[in-house]
Amino acid sequence: MITLAHYIVLGAVLFCIAVAGVFINRKNLIVLLMAIELMLLAVNMNFVAFSRYLGDAAGQVFVFFILTVAAAESAIGLAILVVLFRNRATINVGEMDELKG
Amino acid sequence: MNLILFYVFAAVLVLAALGVIAVKNSVHAALLLVLCFFTTSALWLLMQAEFLAIALVLVYVGAVMVLFLFVVMMLDIKVEPLREGFIRFLPVGVLVAAVMLAEMLMLIGVRSMQIAPPADPAGHSNTAWLGEALFTRFLLPFEIAAVILTVAVIAAVMLTLRKRVGIKSQNPSKQVAVKASERVRIVKMPSAVRDVAAKSEATP
Repeated sequence: MITLAHYIVLGAVLFCIAVAGVFINRKNLIVLLMAIELMLLAVNMNFVAFSRYLGDAAGQVFVFFILTVAAAESAIGLAILVVLFRNRATINVGEMDELKG
Repeated sequence: MNLILFYVFAAVLVLAALGVIAVKNSVHAALLLVLCFFTTSALWLLMQAEFLAIALVLVYVGAVMVLFLFVVMMLDIKVEPLREGFIRFLPVGVLVAAVMLAEMLMLIGVRSMQIAPPADPAGHSNTAWLGEALFTRFLLPFEIAAVILTVAVIAAVMLTLRKRVGIKSQNPSKQVAVKASERVRIVKMPSAVRDVAAKSEATP
């Protein structure tokens, strides 16, 4: 029998892998975006598991909205990435320092 | 049987996720991410969340990851400078992730180990169940999500649109607005009828 804990632990492992990915790939913008997608996937896994095991549709509806927002986010993020590469010829995070923030 | 399937899919998912953050080639990372989404979809099928499993494959594997692959392949990226600091940040990354994982596992606790899924009534349809909630209680958020998607598409197009000078291209609004009086120019010329017969004999 698969219990709720199986899915939550899997989601936690996935999220931690994504956090480690953000740390070790901090120069590569594309892999950073992919790590964010992985984090969203881990969160979605938790939502679906709770929705299923508690019998509430709201969790799965929320996953639906997260999918929508994540698709919009990655579309705009990749568009910004393309514009950035066109202007600077690099996607290295370390070289993006012109805002002087 | 379900438990074995769960462990197989979970192992594939974790290995693919590790691959996404570890491989050198960004194209390989994107393909491994596709594997991640596909495996997750299978895990959601095990949870009988059929609609979201199919939506994940359609939206992510079908659209978002294709976008990722397009961008990765279109940009001419030199990998070497992007990999610097990989070894340097590896210990701190692993440490933070391990601490976070330990904290999360402590939070999950023992009680959730015993929760079994509620049995579904006969003829239960996940899609109908979800649609009923989506179009009654969550109708306004649903419409707002549609607006967000439209805005995002327009924003993405406007961001990447570029005007290049010195290039010949069509202007559709001008083409549509054209009038017949602007296209045909009638030129008045004096008619010449005098030497027609002589000319037609001279040229065969």
